[in-house]
Amino acid sequence: MIIRIPLVLLAAWWFATTAWAASESYGFPFDDAFVATVVGTPEEYRADLPEKIPLKQARLTVFEDRVVPDYLWYEGDLRYSYALQRRAAPLVFLIAGTGASHIGAKNQMMARAFYQAGFHVVSLSSPTLPNFVVSASKTSVTGHAVHDAEDLYRVMELVWAQLKKRIEVTDFFVTGYSLGGFNTAFVTWLDEKRQVFNFKKALLINPPVSLYNSISLLDRMLENIPGGIDNFNAYYNSIVAKFSEVYRRADRLEFGEDFLYKVYEALQPKDEELAALIGLSFRFSSAHLVFTSDVMTDFGYVKPKNVRLTRNSSPGELIPVTFRLGFTDYFHEYFFPYYRAQDSSITRDGIVEEMSLTHIEDYLRSAEKIEVMHNVDDLILETGEIDFFPRVFGDRAKLYPRGGHCGNMEYRDNVAHMVNVFRQ
Amino acid sequence: MTTISRIVSRLRPFALIAALGLAGCSTAPVQKGEIVEPAFAADRILQEDVVYQAEATISDPWQGFNRTMYRFNYHFDRYLFLPVVRGYQWITPDIVETGIHNFFRNLGDVTTLINSILQLNLEKTMNTTTRLALNSTVGLLGFIEIASDVPRSDEDFGQTLGYWGVGTGPYLVLPILGPSSLRDGVGQGVDWYARSVIRDELTDFETWQDLAIDLLWSIDIRANTAFRYYETGSPFEYELVRMLYTTKRQLDVER
Repeated sequence: MIIRIPLVLLAAWWFATTAWAASESYGFPFDDAFVATVVGTPEEYRADLPEKIPLKQARLTVFEDRVVPDYLWYEGDLRYSYALQRRAAPLVFLIAGTGASHIGAKNQMMARAFYQAGFHVVSLSSPTLPNFVVSASKTSVTGHAVHDAEDLYRVMELVWAQLKKRIEVTDFFVTGYSLGGFNTAFVTWLDEKRQVFNFKKALLINPPVSLYNSISLLDRMLENIPGGIDNFNAYYNSIVAKFSEVYRRADRLEFGEDFLYKVYEALQPKDEELAALIGLSFRFSSAHLVFTSDVMTDFGYVKPKNVRLTRNSSPGELIPVTFRLGFTDYFHEYFFPYYRAQDSSITRDGIVEEMSLTHIEDYLRSAEKIEVMHNVDDLILETGEIDFFPRVFGDRAKLYPRGGHCGNMEYRDNVAHMVNVFRQ
Repeated sequence: MTTISRIVSRLRPFALIAALGLAGCSTAPVQKGEIVEPAFAADRILQEDVVYQAEATISDPWQGFNRTMYRFNYHFDRYLFLPVVRGYQWITPDIVETGIHNFFRNLGDVTTLINSILQLNLEKTMNTTTRLALNSTVGLLGFIEIASDVPRSDEDFGQTLGYWGVGTGPYLVLPILGPSSLRDGVGQGVDWYARSVIRDELTDFETWQDLAIDLLWSIDIRANTAFRYYETGSPFEYELVRMLYTTKRQLDVER
């Protein structure tokens, strides 16, 4: 007994210090989750990745009989991109986050990382991107965990049918960030039934737990606009004035690498201002998705039913109306009634529960192939929601002490981990 | 040929496109059957005393023409311009491509110089003169960027007009050249004319040689412009680009 107590203390001390050391040795530079989320990883902290990879863009007709409304005439084909190795190699599918495209900055970064590591890469847009809503979503009312997974799976099969004549694939992998990470979980779950790819591993990067919780948080961030959304005009002008100040001061400042970081350094914005920007960025995604979906289905959400926009039509006041509505409005006044009309047994609470990783919790707990990367200060999670990951995934969840929402994805340790998960 | 008639003959294709564009002019939606009040009707959501960005601040009376031209540019880009650009990038070694890009940037500095003088901006005039002098001589007509330490600016006649208080005028989507305004469109014409006068003074090029240089220049510009039509992912891309273009030009004039 006398010996044991000091041993326990010693062990406790050792664990405490190593845990402390582990978090201290994590060199991502921003402690503030809002700064990390907006600014991302400054250049000197980024992983060393090839500047150019042979990333080709392609188009795909998903539904032969799809009627594309005049106003959205240019969205008829799904656009995606790929980079192929010259020899037999594993293939990884990348799924973009909310409102992001296959050639968005984050997907491109991941494509470079995996291509460098010897993978064939296929990069896919988020089902919430208008191009996907129009061309590849069966219902065109996206944001549904299961339907989005089925849509993505269909696209993966079609892409694979096109590529398999050209390449040899050893194993299939899938990953995605943010909503794309959430999609990845449901796609992998679906794959257990369909068995087309038999994914060897899947990696969820900064996924939400409950979609409804996350969209509520993001909608609320816009309340940080001084005077609210109705004061948007003045807010926009104040942002432009600030940018203009930086832009004038630095005659050589150019958009591109580290632009945001330089702007951040010059302006030193407050957390509330950054929260407003994050909320605004998501508001853009939701406005684009919701309006596109409304035009597709003629549901009558903001556009009056039976009013048809031509190729030359101006949406006029429908634009400010759309920007005044959030993801939660979409959920209550469009998404839920739309699916309820197809299946009267659906309840509001039921569908909220279904749009959550907890819905497939048992599967996730047992699925050894699925791993998670997350940040304890991620802004899209409610307090305590982060505990879901270690509880369900155990050792397969890698939690970083900071990084906000996807801010550290490009940090060298994160990129190394991302690639290593699939290399083991 | 007189200068005027030469300009007119060069502009003729654009006039034709403009006429075609003006033909399909209506921007109103079409009604099919009985109109049903939407879940969120505009009169319920919008307030009378709030200023909403787009309509309030940017004049766009030629929207029908502009939207048609926007689509034309997408098709021109997709089926002709971008394939040519890709072909150019494929056959040209990177080092040559960079040299050609530097060469045209150096020519562009001539426009910046003229407009810096017109804006009475001593610092930009001196910097640009230094850049031109160094790059054109030691830099072998600009193929090598020697003066990269001397700050570079982009000044054009549209900005000069803005500097002297001329408003932007209506928003204008130009064929091939893309988003512009009446003021900036006129500015582009003036800059182009000034360059061709200087070129005529300095060289003995035939018309086809002039055209070849203009063509290569436009390919170089497109190759170095990241913008792609209908890739913003927004169903309001026309309005978004209009807003960003207008803001960007406002900042350029102030800078």
